[in-house]
Amino acid sequence: MRFKLEKRAEPSRFMLYATPIGSVLVTMIVGAIIFSVIGYDGIGAVYQTFIAPIATAYKWQDIAIKASPLILIGVGLAVGNRAAIWNIGAEGQYVVGALAGTGIGLLTQNATGLWILPSMLVAGLIGGAVWGAIPALLRTRFNVNETLSSLMMTYVAIHLMNYLVTGAWKDPSGFSFPETPLVTADQTLPSWDLFQIVHQAFGWPISGHFRVHLGILLTLVIVVVMAVLMARSVFGFQVRVVGSAPNAARHGGFSQKQTIWLVFLLSGGLAGLAGIFEVTGPFGQMSLGFPQNYGFTAIIVAFLGRLNPIGVVIAGIVLAITYVGGDMAQSVLLLPNASKGIFQAMMLFFLLASDILIRYRVRLVSATPAPAAQPARSPA
Amino acid sequence: MNVDFLIAVIITVVGASTPILFAALGELVTEKAGVLNLGVEGMMLVGAIAAFATVDITGNPWLAVVVAAAAGSAVSMIFAVLTLSLSANQVATGLALTIFGTGLSTLVGKGFTGRIIKTFDTVFPQALAANPVGRVLFSYSPLVYFSFIMVALVAWFLNRTRAGLILRAVGENDLSAHSIGYSVIGVRYAAIAFGGAMAGIGGATFPLVLTPLWAEGLTGGRGWIAIALVVFAGWRPVWLLGGAYFFGLLSTFELYAKASGASWTSILPSEGWAALPYIATIVVLAVISASKRGGGGAPACLGRSFVPSA
Repeated sequence: MRFKLEKRAEPSRFMLYATPIGSVLVTMIVGAIIFSVIGYDGIGAVYQTFIAPIATAYKWQDIAIKASPLILIGVGLAVGNRAAIWNIGAEGQYVVGALAGTGIGLLTQNATGLWILPSMLVAGLIGGAVWGAIPALLRTRFNVNETLSSLMMTYVAIHLMNYLVTGAWKDPSGFSFPETPLVTADQTLPSWDLFQIVHQAFGWPISGHFRVHLGILLTLVIVVVMAVLMARSVFGFQVRVVGSAPNAARHGGFSQKQTIWLVFLLSGGLAGLAGIFEVTGPFGQMSLGFPQNYGFTAIIVAFLGRLNPIGVVIAGIVLAITYVGGDMAQSVLLLPNASKGIFQAMMLFFLLASDILIRYRVRLVSATPAPAAQPARSPA
Repeated sequence: MNVDFLIAVIITVVGASTPILFAALGELVTEKAGVLNLGVEGMMLVGAIAAFATVDITGNPWLAVVVAAAAGSAVSMIFAVLTLSLSANQVATGLALTIFGTGLSTLVGKGFTGRIIKTFDTVFPQALAANPVGRVLFSYSPLVYFSFIMVALVAWFLNRTRAGLILRAVGENDLSAHSIGYSVIGVRYAAIAFGGAMAGIGGATFPLVLTPLWAEGLTGGRGWIAIALVVFAGWRPVWLLGGAYFFGLLSTFELYAKASGASWTSILPSEGWAALPYIATIVVLAVISASKRGGGGAPACLGRSFVPSA
């Protein structure tokens, strides 16, 4: 018996959507085996990382908090990857967006008013877009590979953040900890407890909390906008054509340079927005530990979500579960926190490996030796 | 500036340049075969932890180099199977490899935090390094001399041997190479394995030559600089030498800025010096890419999947 690949007449839509789910399942199985082999409780590790966060209702709000930046960044990166434009510097755009918004926050520490929070959010959006504009400019003007330049800019962003957080922007009343002052009430995203709202509205006996902040809700709104934009607008069409058929795009009058600019401004801006949501929401300030690798994990989210806005939401939740589950596995099983990174990378490996199933069909061929009558046919 | 200081600078720069040189050399061969592997950073980290663990357990730095090369090669095979046998996207798979290598090295490294390893003695007898010239020439770890040998070997292999010619042919025109009977996939597997081994040794340079301590993510983006360096060198091995030493020099500025205080930090804060190698990489890439009109010297099939058909 051996396997043989047969090219499909048309890419399989079933496989397109089944393979991400399959990748997660295979990761759980293989992960359990690997972690058992290297001396941990493998099944426990998989249970804690993938299942326990869902099974524990009070962890849902943590999942939502982690999923929100992953989805927001991932939905932007998905657009770029569709156009075969590789922005791998979202982590830097996330940090600079957060810095830009924090800058406004520092200027308005003593001010009050409803205008403060929106101006911080807009600054975050612009900060991320500006940082994304640098690789776009380098690519369109000097033909610099955007993969390398966007990543280099991430290191520059983190050094810039370290400089500000340990220097000029350090909280004077913070006992010389390297962190900016906490955001004020007018700089904080409003939040609501969904469990309590349901409890009060319908009288259901739900205990516990499921607090969501405005950033999470705005993220969902942006996803819907992006889904419509990608499916129904000229921009969405332009991105797909530039990515899948660059020559056709040129003949059709779509400028590749314009696409590069739009992709970087959009994905950078959304990453920056994700950054300032973290400052005005869960973090409440910036510190040396602010970068959480969301920008890199969002690359996995974009692929696992099949570069589709709705898929990105599901993938973002799955990856957020592994973030929360990684912490749970650490406290319950003493599993090192880095193991969640291995699970995340494995999901992407299995997904990329299974891509071939979309375009090819696997056939089992009987390997009984060919009859002597036709020995000359070589398989290649 | 006195002689001792100058010598100290040279020795530091050589140390800082060596890992970049190894990794870039491996990536150059991989790219010459037409494969863009963005997993260099991940393979370096795997090599680094493999080397650290080997020395910590066996005390033998020579064995550590071999294990690091094997480990780098082994993880590069994940990339090879995905991109060559399953024709997955090379950019995405390389990124996945970097994420994987980062996670794996952190996981394994947990057990080695806080430990100090004993590494190589210098190759040459101390007597040779008695005078300043001798110190500049003879006071390094064997890995440094090995990196020079590898540059020469790779240059010779690519330009003077039949196998090197085949490898370049596969990178320039995979269809032609296939049609005259060379195994495109086989050559690329070998090139990726070599790239992985060199990245592994490059990673091993961190614990074996630079700091005998384990730290998470200790390569700090050097793998990405190595990839940029291949473009910088125009895919010519000997040019890598100059490029690696230039970036090695830039990356040591942060140390001097921290050590010497005001005279450096009045020009630029230490974070600014730390960011300099990354900014310089971008600037250099911009100058090179703009002047050559589209990355001159890049293998024609770089980054493209090859699906052999009957």
